[in-house]
Amino acid sequence: MQQDGLILELQKGNQRAFERIYELYSESIYGIIYSIVQDEKVAEEILQDVFLKIWENSSSYNSDKGRFFTWILNIARNASIDQIRSKSHKNKQKNLTSDNFVDILENKTHFSAKMDAIGIKKYIDILKPVCKKLIDLLFFKGFTQKETAEELEMPLGTVKTKNRACINKLREMLVE
Amino acid sequence: MDIEEYISSGILELYVYGALTEEESREVSKALKEHPEIRREVEEIEHALQQLASTAAPYNPEALLASIKTKLADKNVISLQPERKTRWVSYIGWAASIVLLIGLFFLIGDNNDLREQLSSEKARVARMEQQIADARDDAEKTRELLAVLRDKDVSRIPLQGQNVAPEAYATVYWNKEENKAYIDAKDLPEPPRGKVYQVWSLKLEPLTPTSIGLLDEFTTDDNKIFTLENANESEAFGITLEPEGGSESPTMEQLYVLGAVSAP
Repeated sequence: MQQDGLILELQKGNQRAFERIYELYSESIYGIIYSIVQDEKVAEEILQDVFLKIWENSSSYNSDKGRFFTWILNIARNASIDQIRSKSHKNKQKNLTSDNFVDILENKTHFSAKMDAIGIKKYIDILKPVCKKLIDLLFFKGFTQKETAEELEMPLGTVKTKNRACINKLREMLVE
Repeated sequence: MDIEEYISSGILELYVYGALTEEESREVSKALKEHPEIRREVEEIEHALQQLASTAAPYNPEALLASIKTKLADKNVISLQPERKTRWVSYIGWAASIVLLIGLFFLIGDNNDLREQLSSEKARVARMEQQIADARDDAEKTRELLAVLRDKDVSRIPLQGQNVAPEAYATVYWNKEENKAYIDAKDLPEPPRGKVYQVWSLKLEPLTPTSIGLLDEFTTDDNKIFTLENANESEAFGITLEPEGGSESPTMEQLYVLGAVSAP
């Protein structure tokens, strides 16, 4: 949940607020970063950089432009994409096996306390292939609606409605 | 606005992803502030996405917070120094800023110098690279020519200077298998403006000249070796000076060099 007061405190430079923000967002952001760079150590470094940026640039966040989560998401995706475009990364990671978050979830061997193995299997099983693609591009890879429509050869409006149906499935499962 | 319809359109999901244009996002932000139902929906979507993303994390990175805080503390050390407000400190401050300002001017000057040095250095490197590339091309050509000279199918026909230019000299290396004639024209004088050398293959009985080509761009060609096609049963080769573009038949008064193919 976005807490406007908390973000305001962060923007004032309140370190307690920063810690709370970290608790709220670090794991999901780590998941995003990891799904792009696919290396725990590298993902850790990027996560740290991302949160340093959040601390230093919090004043540039403006709620008229979008959600705080979306703002962080963009910082994280950009930092991760910069990393995989860098030379050192290309040399290091020649044989990536996973293509998207689904592969990562399926290959996962250890889990954080919040989500157990059964929960994860459930996540994957309920998602149709088209949902997996849509969520991968739009959420994990940060494609725009237009780019996604082009990539999947789908009308713009279909991207919007199909994706809505996919997310609804996810939410149903979370309520159970 | 029909809120139900707005919510079920799927725009809010794209909004949380950050997949909308900036303008579209601003509109959603506005709607969300005006309608609590929309806000609630967005928060639920966000919550679901956060959970999904968390499952992709190798582990919960709680422990990293400590090391991030250390980094933050390091960065904050300077700004956390308490301010001291005595007068002499402020004088020193002024003096320091003036010194700093003067220093800055020098630095800007230095910086410009360095930038100039850098760009002239870059130009030098580019020139070097060009020279190396040229040398490599030349070496490549030389290798090719050597291969031609060593080829056993190649006959070498020396062409001697004639009346108009007794000092002139040229050599034809003729590969009959490949129907190629390499003309080494190093010892031909530079043709006058508007004139060009033309190479002829000759049959002797009766004398029938056939043009096999022009020595184009003679002045700019460094090694003065020209490759021409020659599928004729040549018995001799001659080179004449002709008007630009060449002639139908040779101008015999301008015959520079001539040489017969020796019988095999």
